[in-house]
Amino acid sequence: MSSKAKNEYRWIGKNMKRVEDPRLLTGRGKYIDDVHLPNMAEAAVLRSPYAHAKIISIDTSAAEQLPGVICVLTGKQAAEQTGPTACFANPPVTQYVIAVDRVRHVGEAVVAVVAEDRYIAEDAIDLIEVEYEPLPVVVDALEAINSTGDAVLHPERGDTNVAHERILDFGPVDEDFANADIIVQRNLYWPRSGGQPMETCGAVAEFDEGMGKFTVYSNGSMYNYVGWLCAMSLGVAATQLNIIPTIAGGSFGSKLFTHKVVTLTCTLARAAGCPVKYIEDRLDNTMSCDNHGSDRTYDAELAVMNDGTVKSIRYRCVDDYGAFLQFGVGHHGNAAAQVTGPYTINSVRMHLIAVFTNKGQQGAYRGFGSEVTNFVIERLMDAAADELGMDPLEIRRKNFIQPEQFPYKIPTGNVYDSGNYNAVLDEALSMIDYKGWREKQAAARKEGRYIGIGTITAQERSVFSSTEFWFWNHEPGFALTSSPESIGIKIDPTGKAFVTLHAPFWGNSPETMATQIVAEQLTIDPSDIIINYTDTDHGLNGTGPGGSRFTVMVAGAIGGATKELRIKMLRIAGHLLEVDVEDLELVDSKVQVKGAPEKSMSIADIAMQAHFFKLSLPDDVKSGLDATYVYDHPYTTMPNEDRTDLGVFYPIMGHMCHIPVVEVNIETGQIEFLDYVAVHDCGTMVNPMTLAGHVRGGTAQGIGTAMYEEFAYDENGQLMTASYADYLIPTVHEVPPNVRVGHVETPSPFTEFGIKGGGEGGRMGAPPAIAAAVEDALRPLGIKVDALPITANKLRKMIREAQAA
Amino acid sequence: MQKETITITVNGKQYERTVTPRRLLSDFLRHDLNLTGTHVGCEHGVCGMCTVLIDGQSARSCLNFAVMHDGASIETVESLGTPTNMHPLQEGFWSKHGLQCGFCTPAMLMVSKELTDSNPNPTRAEIKEAISANLCRCTGYQTILDSIEEGVRLANGEDAAIPAADRSPELAEQPEATT
Repeated sequence: MSSKAKNEYRWIGKNMKRVEDPRLLTGRGKYIDDVHLPNMAEAAVLRSPYAHAKIISIDTSAAEQLPGVICVLTGKQAAEQTGPTACFANPPVTQYVIAVDRVRHVGEAVVAVVAEDRYIAEDAIDLIEVEYEPLPVVVDALEAINSTGDAVLHPERGDTNVAHERILDFGPVDEDFANADIIVQRNLYWPRSGGQPMETCGAVAEFDEGMGKFTVYSNGSMYNYVGWLCAMSLGVAATQLNIIPTIAGGSFGSKLFTHKVVTLTCTLARAAGCPVKYIEDRLDNTMSCDNHGSDRTYDAELAVMNDGTVKSIRYRCVDDYGAFLQFGVGHHGNAAAQVTGPYTINSVRMHLIAVFTNKGQQGAYRGFGSEVTNFVIERLMDAAADELGMDPLEIRRKNFIQPEQFPYKIPTGNVYDSGNYNAVLDEALSMIDYKGWREKQAAARKEGRYIGIGTITAQERSVFSSTEFWFWNHEPGFALTSSPESIGIKIDPTGKAFVTLHAPFWGNSPETMATQIVAEQLTIDPSDIIINYTDTDHGLNGTGPGGSRFTVMVAGAIGGATKELRIKMLRIAGHLLEVDVEDLELVDSKVQVKGAPEKSMSIADIAMQAHFFKLSLPDDVKSGLDATYVYDHPYTTMPNEDRTDLGVFYPIMGHMCHIPVVEVNIETGQIEFLDYVAVHDCGTMVNPMTLAGHVRGGTAQGIGTAMYEEFAYDENGQLMTASYADYLIPTVHEVPPNVRVGHVETPSPFTEFGIKGGGEGGRMGAPPAIAAAVEDALRPLGIKVDALPITANKLRKMIREAQAA
Repeated sequence: MQKETITITVNGKQYERTVTPRRLLSDFLRHDLNLTGTHVGCEHGVCGMCTVLIDGQSARSCLNFAVMHDGASIETVESLGTPTNMHPLQEGFWSKHGLQCGFCTPAMLMVSKELTDSNPNPTRAEIKEAISANLCRCTGYQTILDSIEEGVRLANGEDAAIPAADRSPELAEQPEATT
């Protein structure tokens, strides 16, 4: 770990322009759909119009006869060679890349067609006849708890749609509630939405029959971590599946593990006998790419003392997981990392009921479940302040963990590394001119205008550890404990650095970040550093971006690799300069004698010697100048057997304060942003410019979640918002004109340079902040915001009802 | 399916191709001409990823057939700059962090080009209007507006563009954190 003071860094903490940008700006990005292989065919997928039905028969004869069609594959045919897709739940939930015998949500794949081009493939789809026998449709998560018989989606797991139920207790919950002065209760709803990157998922696969090996291009992320599971599904050895990453046009979690698209496309390439491209169209993606976010109903309570001290939180959560369960209930493991927020809450009860319904399955979306508990905690804190007649800022300050209390163990067992929550709140209040807005609000109310100010202080856990995936299980199927990240650095004979990442670009700034850190560590100029990405044939352990982990983990890996390189360079230079290694230092791309900088060797000179002049090197030094390094999660411990302590799994704890100021038009229900301040503490910043970009982008997505976006299903399980005409993503007109971003830096004691992650924060803070601001604006009408999204239509209805009362 | 021969000028270069009448302009550009800078996001005309200029006017290439534009002149992102010699708008996006994943960027650049071709000094409100039919999922739009303003400034010679020879990723200006 580096102990340098922040201002001693040459590159870390600077707003370096992104090295990724020139190729992206000029249309030379090479995304998945830009991959073209010789003799490549294209695929399209027939999708189920039914939410829940048995497949009685499929007639593909007309499709097969269409000129240009290469092959047509039903689920049964595909399953002859390709087994179920990867699943982290235990017991696993069986899912095939193409449905076998039964469909469980609208949009599930029923038949795939490979043709000379996609136009013909789509023509062929129209020629396929499928006979279905409808089954009872389950779309209400609360009703799903009681499903039996034909309404059960996965009867092999028992006669129930409850996928998982468990109560986890941490600390004296009953005692804390019994002793509470007041109990604050809210029923809260968090809507189903999704990352919805502008690029869908896709793959281009070929099968080399001679080698028995698949090569597949993919825009997914976790291929060096769990890509081998796709090989298992395909029935080949992991050595017979090489996954080559392309850059991704955004993910936000939704491309975390695009196993279904990869496995499907490989299956089709094997069947077709030629390379196959499959790119989801938008409806494929919204309906069936396994990327819906949390969909939760909470009955949540807070035990509070009259002075505002919060003693305990308990809740019952019903989470609508949709038709399958690819990540188990890992999202609730994630939430346990910070379920008490930045507060000294003494005990917690988390009661989870995860259910299956006839909807697209959940995947990952920016926050991975913790964004929802942020909403729950912050809504409860505001409710507690209301009920006590306390200022919402005061109740937060009253309960903040104080800087001297870190590292701080919360009731679930997770540890928070560091923080200064008052400092973040103070910075945000000063930026927003809180007092000034309160005065403007009072003046506006006299004019009949409804201005509201919302303040939330919330956590952004970063750097996930894999125990979160399984500790909710009584019997984990695969209790993994690794989530490493790797780096390769090779200095060429001219002194330039090749840096290899073992996980892909998915819209963040990995090349810029790695360049800055390598430049810092090796004193090599950024223009002499080039970043590339491995495929799985050459990849070391790389878990990839997700859970705001990538910068911290890559920095750790770079720290390890550059240390080895530095030692080797110093040894070679010491040998050639005939100087003791202790007397040497690495400065400005050269190794020089301390106090006598004129006696030096450049990195380029050392590299040339290392590559080509073995006889000039110390005897025990091998040729070449390269290092690889696998960096494990810096601080993970095991959960205990009875799960009264989940261990440490997400200790790198960021923090944020969001303060939106809104005006609600009570005639139309529209919400206008008058101001917006977001102050984040992500520890030591690598690049404040790109970090601010994440904060603003995440805030825009949080605005979407809070006000516009919802994957809404009707009673027949039809997705009413599958197209972008109906699924409303904020445009430039829906976001605040200026999200003013501030930073506080409380370095992590556990990471290289003290960096904390910052990829998800915006979306983890904006929804409760906006809910609070709207509720504050409508305080004269007594309106409570308990459910998102707060669309204009819904808000107008609530206002009318309040006015009528 | 009967094919038709069309002649289209793209980025100043004339192409003669034989295509089916239903060939989307987006597919024609991307897959027939290998101009993959134009992206496809929703293929139902909402997201704006596929925006190109047809005879100077922005249009969704996914909602147009190639045969509709026999004889037309089309501009795509490839008509702007190259990685070593960027257009001022591209320099503006680079300086002001106007992109993250980069997928919406070509379309954002083309609507900015359309705007600044007719209005070399647009106000922020006019820029906002110009990009309002294009989605971006990464940035929250604010730095896109900043970027276009910066591009306008650079195009008007108010600041020297970064010399083409110097490809080192330089330090950007401090973002206006508290304005």
